[in-house]
Amino acid sequence: MSNDEELSLEDVKHIALLARIGITEEEANDMRDDLVDILKQFKILNRVETSGVQPTGHSVDVTSVMRDDVVKPSYAREDILSNVPDIEDHRIRVRAIFE
Amino acid sequence: MNNLEKLTAHEASRLLIDKEISSVELTEAVLARIQKVDNDVKAYVTISEEFAMQQAREADDLISSGDTFPLTGVPFLLKDNMVTKGIRTTCSSRMLEDFVPPFDGAMSERMKRQGAVLLGKGNLDEFAMGSSNENSAFFTTRNPWDLSKVPGGSSGGPSAATAADECIFALGSDTGGSIRQPAALCGVVGLKPTYGLVSRYGLVAFASSLDQIGPITKDVADNALVLGAIAGRDFRDSTSLDYEVPDYSKCLHTNLSGLKIGVPKEYFVSEMEIGVQEATMESIKVLRELGAEVEEVSLPSTAFSLAVYYIIAPSEASANLARYDGVKYGLSSLDSDTMWEALEKTRQMGFGDEVKRRIMLGTYALSAGYYDAYYLKAQKVRTIIREEFNSIFKDYNALVMPTSPTVAFSIGERLSNPVQMYSSDILTMPANIAGIPGISVPGGFSNGLPIGLQIMGPALGEGTILRIAYAYEQATEWHLVRPKL
Repeated sequence: MSNDEELSLEDVKHIALLARIGITEEEANDMRDDLVDILKQFKILNRVETSGVQPTGHSVDVTSVMRDDVVKPSYAREDILSNVPDIEDHRIRVRAIFE
Repeated sequence: MNNLEKLTAHEASRLLIDKEISSVELTEAVLARIQKVDNDVKAYVTISEEFAMQQAREADDLISSGDTFPLTGVPFLLKDNMVTKGIRTTCSSRMLEDFVPPFDGAMSERMKRQGAVLLGKGNLDEFAMGSSNENSAFFTTRNPWDLSKVPGGSSGGPSAATAADECIFALGSDTGGSIRQPAALCGVVGLKPTYGLVSRYGLVAFASSLDQIGPITKDVADNALVLGAIAGRDFRDSTSLDYEVPDYSKCLHTNLSGLKIGVPKEYFVSEMEIGVQEATMESIKVLRELGAEVEEVSLPSTAFSLAVYYIIAPSEASANLARYDGVKYGLSSLDSDTMWEALEKTRQMGFGDEVKRRIMLGTYALSAGYYDAYYLKAQKVRTIIREEFNSIFKDYNALVMPTSPTVAFSIGERLSNPVQMYSSDILTMPANIAGIPGISVPGGFSNGLPIGLQIMGPALGEGTILRIAYAYEQATEWHLVRPKL
């Protein structure tokens, strides 16, 4: 946890790309300031000795829950499609994935 | 009978079953109250009036046939991040502004089974990310005690509506304090259950290892009643606990003899207002008078909770919110040429500033080269925080502390400073990190604004914290003071 203050504008744009959030130059600048402020708060964790400590993913012990593979009715096609932004002939219309 | 909207759920239930009132009368009274005050309070994103009246009529039929549950005919509000079949579920986000779910989540389903009456959906900080309700993409809910103040967040709508008698009870969700903090700021009772006690099926995911649904009510007896109705295993939530839910109403005693309660000194943070601190000290005296043994204790890792939370919650959020791609549902940028452009524009337009900030923060914490330093480190410190709680609960039945370091702050006051806003939940986040239950109960006033007393217990210790909250409530009169609207 060393380079927090050095989070560059390019870093911010790269994170936005990874997160697939469009970002303007001005938004990237504001975001950088906010992220630097927040990341500073995280430095406090350097004070905690964690060697040999197991990480916690869930606060309760979770085991895989299995169910029988039984065929059940699904939702009506029209219900599922009712929220789709772009529909053509009862199908979800998407843009080309390969150029 | 007048002022039916002021009733608690247990009072309303008794009157309904004794046929002194009907659900139609009660629902009409609450809807009239909403009409009267919601222009000022702005607690509701959607008011489902027609649906409510239909459910009320059906509830009256159930009552006539004698086939009732504790919440049959009782009107309630759901936070708008719990999906409701046929009623739009927005998460107070542009992304889901027009989303009408094709199915009911576990809460909607359970309430229908009880015959409870859904009034509508309550405002929240967008995707439950916030502590003031100001991050709602639509409007800011206002505090019924002072309309220039925030109601807290993210369950600001449900808490304000409960305080303003715009519902009999509400269900909220709590990822870092989103039930308890607004309940404290609005002067109502809010409980975050043990992780896994209440099904998250149909709760729009924010941070899956921290999110829990819980009741927001006018008094502690209602909280016990509603918790009993929503708790229990659900196979559609793989983290749901296999646990026999007790009758929480039977846990409500007014004597606390034999209970040992710890007061963790680290919770009395430097930014705590003197009024909050003094009220908490007075509350501790009350608990002693009720027979509890109360001692100062230490939870040395408390100071690390904020950092742990703001690494884990945004990391999980960045993964959960990846689903909003404008393809299957939700907002979509239709005028983009390529797939990537459509995706980026959809998310740029659909998400507000705080949601973007958290997705970015989480993406960064999970990205190559930073994963060990941030995410893995936070998960290890999470273990240490959990173990501290586990160890203290070997000697103490519960812990008490304030819910929020301050009373309700002014609208706009913390909006430009994310770090200051994040510190609003500094006293509630540890319970989410450890997965333990916590309740906020009205514990006094400072400058005319409510203060919350928080009680945390060990995992599945809901009965104990409800007992302490009830005894404290019955010995004080804070919950009887209502806002003047």
